[in-house]
Amino acid sequence: MDYSDKVIDHYTNPRNVGEIENASGIGTVGNPVCGDIMKIYLKIENGVITDVKFKTFGCGAAIASSSISTELIKGQTVEKALELKNGDVVEQLDGLPPVKMHCSLLAEQAIHEAIADYYRKEGKLTEEEIIEKCKLKNNHNACPHQIDSL
Amino acid sequence: MNYIYFDNAATTKLDDKVLEEMLPYLKENYGNASAIYKLGKASHIKVEEARERIANIFNAKKDEIYFTAGASESDNLAIKGIAYANKSKGKHIITSKIEHPAVLETCKELEKEGYEVTYLNVDSNGLVSTDELKKEIREDTILITIMYANNEIGTIEPIKEIGAIAKENNIIFHTDATQAVGTIKIDVEDLNIDSMSLSAHKFYGPKGIGALYMRKGVRFNPIINGGHQEKGKRAGTLNTPGIIGMAKALELSYEDLEEKNKKIKELRDYYFEKVKEKIPYIKINGDLEKRLVGNANISFRFIEGEGLLLNLDNKGICASSGSACTSGSLDPSHVLLAIGLPHEIAHGSLRISIGKYNTKEEVDYLIENLVEIVERLRNMSPLYEDFIKEEK
Repeated sequence: MDYSDKVIDHYTNPRNVGEIENASGIGTVGNPVCGDIMKIYLKIENGVITDVKFKTFGCGAAIASSSISTELIKGQTVEKALELKNGDVVEQLDGLPPVKMHCSLLAEQAIHEAIADYYRKEGKLTEEEIIEKCKLKNNHNACPHQIDSL
Repeated sequence: MNYIYFDNAATTKLDDKVLEEMLPYLKENYGNASAIYKLGKASHIKVEEARERIANIFNAKKDEIYFTAGASESDNLAIKGIAYANKSKGKHIITSKIEHPAVLETCKELEKEGYEVTYLNVDSNGLVSTDELKKEIREDTILITIMYANNEIGTIEPIKEIGAIAKENNIIFHTDATQAVGTIKIDVEDLNIDSMSLSAHKFYGPKGIGALYMRKGVRFNPIINGGHQEKGKRAGTLNTPGIIGMAKALELSYEDLEEKNKKIKELRDYYFEKVKEKIPYIKINGDLEKRLVGNANISFRFIEGEGLLLNLDNKGICASSGSACTSGSLDPSHVLLAIGLPHEIAHGSLRISIGKYNTKEEVDYLIENLVEIVERLRNMSPLYEDFIKEEK
């Protein structure tokens, strides 16, 4: 697999691996059938992501996408984190092979799911508003034979 | 970087003795084996001598060996060639679900052309059932093609029984013996094999050269048209250095075969033992007895194979996996799915193929790194996290 040095660096030494106890929001996307599952934990204080951890079952590109995404959103406001696109993840990794593009999409979606979970716990927004704000209706399509086993 | 090479089922390192025999035919003796002058004649003599050396190893006749560019071409030539030449007798072929893509994709092509193909199931160890084979034989069955040994899980198929069934029913029997040649003694007469594919780079020979054994009297059409080489069955200038190298590599493989196999099997069993001892939640794939000596295929639960391979590569270790990410498709290995593994366990498979150059120190180095990498990847895996929470 033709991976950039940045991708190699991130799957060799992934940043922010782990769990957060009493996390403000947790998002899980993907499924074991496809071979990719990404789980993102967020700690949010006053609308700012103060800590982020991840766990990923998947290939080198999936691990690297998760790792760099956690770096990109740490210290950002929730609104800013929602703006992170999979294209940004790919750019920050100095590119991904074409067959691995869905890994970056999984990272984007995992963050959106985690933020949606945070909004739900907060209880200020309606489910429709959360779906709209976190663009959840576009989610869960990164894996071509997505089966909602999770 | 110093590589620790555990991917001998993918390809092998060229043996120095093989290279030595090839060199004169890459340099001064460059004559075309089909030419009439002395320089060409010298190549011709060596090629025909190699043909005989190769035939002898399999108890075949010299004129039953056809040179090709490798096992994929041999499989294509055997299956398409036999199918086209025998279509007046019928258009039904029987194969298995765990064949190499060179066989499976060739069969799929023939289906598009109106042939019918039955893909036999295998059991959880990867073995074809001869009872199922008998049941699937029809009036119009013209060919049975079953691999000698599987490239991913190492399972050795009941070739002798299949050969007997084919003979009894007057059906041509082809076997893709790519993984078996060089490690298993093969007598085509004893086993009733009518057609057999092999590739030199799997047994310490050069890449780009292979052969097809085709029993005298079996009708088959060429698939590469052109010159008159190989009795019109395979056009193209003969690969003289490759052919000479293949013959040498084959002879070397069968020298002290039992001794070499014993050493390789000991390393493989040592690897199995150590992994079982040091790493929990694993599954050994394939048959433990009817198995190629060098093959070790293990699924490590909760992790994905590509991540495993990349981390091993960082340590200089070359291995292989059946995960989707490494197969270049969305599904994990068709072989692992055919033996009944769930997708997530198939994704976490690691194939180690041990060869004659491997040492116990290398296996120890592999195990040491594997223990550390599997633990790290599991600590990163949400599947493992869920599993541990459920256990509690």
